[in-house]
Amino acid sequence: MQHKVIDAKDVVIRFAGDSGDGMQLTGTLFANTSAIYGNELSTFPDYPAEIRAPHGTVSGVSGFQVHIGSGDVNTPGDFCDMLVAMNPAALKANAKWCKRNATILVDEDSFTPALMQKAGFTTDNPFTELSVDDRNLVVAPITTLTEESLKDSGMDKKAIDKCKNMFTLGMACFIFDRPLDYILTYLEKKFAKKHPEVIAPNQKVLKDGYYYASNLQMVADTYHIAPAKLKKGLYRNITGNQATAWGLMAASEKSGLPLFCGSYPITPATAILEELAIHKYLGVKTVQAEDEIAGICTAIGASFAGSLAVTTTSGPGLSLKSEALGLAVMTELPLVVVDVQRAGPSTGIPTKTEQTDLDQAIYGRNGECPLPVVAAHSPANCFDAAFSAAKIALEHMTPVILLSEGFLGNGSEPWRIPSMADYPEIKPPFATKLGEDGKFHPFERDPETLVRSWAIPGTKGFEHRVGGLEKNHAGVLSSDPANHQLMVDERAAKVQKIADFIPELEVDGPQEGDLLVVGWGGTFGHILSAVNEVRESGKTVSRAHFDYIMPVPRNTGKVLANFRTILVCELNSGQFARYLSGLFPEANIVSFGKVQGQPFLVNELVEAINKEI
Amino acid sequence: MATLSFKDFKSDQEVRWCPGCGDHAVLAALQRALPVAAEAHGYGKERYVVVSGIGCSSRLPYYMDTYGFHSIHGRATAISTGIKVANPHLRVWQACGDGDALAIGGNHFIHAIRRNIDINILLFNNQIYGLTKGQYSPTSKFGAITKTSPYGTVEHPFNPGSLVLGAKGTFFARSLDVEMALNQEIMTAAVDHDGTSVMEMLTNCVIFNDGAHRDISDPAVRADRTIVLRHGEKMIFGKNRDKGLVLDGMGLKVVTIGEDGYTMDDILVHDAHCQNPGVQMMLADMKYPDFPVALGVIRDVKDVTYDDGVRDQVEEVKAKSSIHCMDDLLRSGSTWEVK
Repeated sequence: MQHKVIDAKDVVIRFAGDSGDGMQLTGTLFANTSAIYGNELSTFPDYPAEIRAPHGTVSGVSGFQVHIGSGDVNTPGDFCDMLVAMNPAALKANAKWCKRNATILVDEDSFTPALMQKAGFTTDNPFTELSVDDRNLVVAPITTLTEESLKDSGMDKKAIDKCKNMFTLGMACFIFDRPLDYILTYLEKKFAKKHPEVIAPNQKVLKDGYYYASNLQMVADTYHIAPAKLKKGLYRNITGNQATAWGLMAASEKSGLPLFCGSYPITPATAILEELAIHKYLGVKTVQAEDEIAGICTAIGASFAGSLAVTTTSGPGLSLKSEALGLAVMTELPLVVVDVQRAGPSTGIPTKTEQTDLDQAIYGRNGECPLPVVAAHSPANCFDAAFSAAKIALEHMTPVILLSEGFLGNGSEPWRIPSMADYPEIKPPFATKLGEDGKFHPFERDPETLVRSWAIPGTKGFEHRVGGLEKNHAGVLSSDPANHQLMVDERAAKVQKIADFIPELEVDGPQEGDLLVVGWGGTFGHILSAVNEVRESGKTVSRAHFDYIMPVPRNTGKVLANFRTILVCELNSGQFARYLSGLFPEANIVSFGKVQGQPFLVNELVEAINKEI
Repeated sequence: MATLSFKDFKSDQEVRWCPGCGDHAVLAALQRALPVAAEAHGYGKERYVVVSGIGCSSRLPYYMDTYGFHSIHGRATAISTGIKVANPHLRVWQACGDGDALAIGGNHFIHAIRRNIDINILLFNNQIYGLTKGQYSPTSKFGAITKTSPYGTVEHPFNPGSLVLGAKGTFFARSLDVEMALNQEIMTAAVDHDGTSVMEMLTNCVIFNDGAHRDISDPAVRADRTIVLRHGEKMIFGKNRDKGLVLDGMGLKVVTIGEDGYTMDDILVHDAHCQNPGVQMMLADMKYPDFPVALGVIRDVKDVTYDDGVRDQVEEVKAKSSIHCMDDLLRSGSTWEVK
């Protein structure tokens, strides 16, 4: 077979195996290596809810897709150039994601009659059965080769088999021209303390996989993906959940208030709590609460006591926090609630991504209970979104919901490291004045912003009471009808006035025309790619993306009025489209939604856009 | 510092509990105990935060001229936890009822106790839901006839004391609304205790459960049907101070001193500081008519507190870390330069 080196602008690789096969780690290491090599990239972990689902079954397949490129990479990619399938079930579950010219690498040793049957194959030729026999098939005895590589290591068979993923990673590194240095160092660091004995075997298997791929003519083509032309600066790879945690910590530094996080573990938000728990050396306090309600209530308590308070959760947890969110609205205390959305309703499909909590975030509370809602649009953007959510909460004395998504939280991308000098100060409205009666009036407002001032317990002379009962400006209980109307109106107007402090909505492309494609949150990259693809075919289309949902940017009405049709693309059944229609009934809003627990495919967006042109 | 008095802790809000409600007495005791404690420890009233949930007794923060938080049903303990962990300098007092703390808020209640957070919980136990007008609570007696149990309840009540001790609580005390001096005494002991202090205040609801504790609170019989426990003192009670508690096999027994061969030497001495909660559990469980109901500080032991633990850990890792600000962190670990 003639070996070719293909210069590719971008490639998509999908690693798939049993949920115990270490595919998430394999994919992450491949992505980090690529990031350090200088590629643009986007990742998409796609794994089952079960920690170890039944061995060898399709439902137990765990996948990790990496899209690397030398130009712009906006999404993890729809279809892959290479599929690594560690067993028959992984092949079966993922064959449909292979491009026509894809390479499929499988572990030959795992294609036993028993495992083929478990994966649901009915013939003895899985490639023909899945109609992928025309792809570039690389069938390698990975298990045998790993065992051979480590036969003198003194490890038992079980431990040796766990190293298969490193052999595969070595092969992938050769095929895609990745240096091994980063992974070799990673292995050393990871196991140095607890299992120094496994460092050398893992490094050996990795190298053996690399050499095997280079020696064997079976691997038809290798790829070279040149480093991207990135803006100068210092970079790191970051996941959305990590960026969220860091953004909150940055806001803590800029406001001078200690960060407090009260949370309960829930997929896919848990990594934020875990990340915050690491950084106690920056003064972060974390409480792993006894339940979701205690998570938000400890945060509300901490807010009252003068912290930048945060609680992190996913959809079901947000439901449990609803009543307490109302309390934060009523007491007008700053609080950031991060909702890393997942497929619902109820437990739904916990590890899959969706944007279906929008209605809940905007409306899901008793009484007239408005609060600001902001959304992150990429893994790295979670940093800015979290910073912005905290700034709004602290400066406008209100709880804020930050909507993230499983796709963003678990996904990663290279991030040009900012300097904290580039971020604004955060100035909470601390109380300085007492009322004419010599007492602090907690709900007297700034006439411009309608924001109340904040007196922290421990401040002499400002003793006051807050609570869930309606009060007047002086903080005295009141069930007076006129006062209730006034306070309801003021709380709503205060949230609306935030529109004066957030950026205006930007339109990418012509400022007026036939079609404006609108999105919010994590669909940013897919919509951008789709719009670019449509433009490449010679058509004109504009695009706008909402980072601020409640309130919307103040020029939104003007922007929408400039287009004949507004196509709102979102991973739900049209929640943002309905919200926009309610705000701007004169706009011609068309909804394109998908609720499959998966991100959009660029292809299907292109189709939807073309339909409206 | 100017001397603080109960007047400093009285807010200008009109107290709206029913006339004769037991909550008045607890409020009065608190307004007297706190200035004494503040004086003793040298801090002003701005250091106090009074937190509550929902229910009649949860109106208490409005009547205290301190920082206060009237929260939502059942969640006071979680709010208190957040306040105390965020700022351990604050002195957190919490008012909650039997429904608030033990039904809807039961989870937060046991977990605060398990963590031993330094908060002081006044648990007003009138064995009824008063603010919703008379439904049975988790402490209503088996068979209690209420609006939601017209034929009597068919469920066992919680004994708050056993719940606290079962969750490895470090402080549990009990008093009767009418015992003003004792109320102040246990509140002062709670101030001195580092950790979660639970004070069960047996209160009367004149409207929906009048006489809930009459069996033991009636002045004519109180001395014979209750026993006030004090650390290091003999467990003696009765109008004539002639009755006492002794160990009998695996349990407690009421004896009359000078009868059946029992002398003062046989009477147990109360040890509130004993780490093993065995005897304290039996004392907390004592019910009339078989036993006198135990009042006073039943358990008061030392253990590490959660709020100190969180704070100390932050300081410990801070001292060891080479990362001191966000810019340090952002540039730490795996990074690469694009030139």
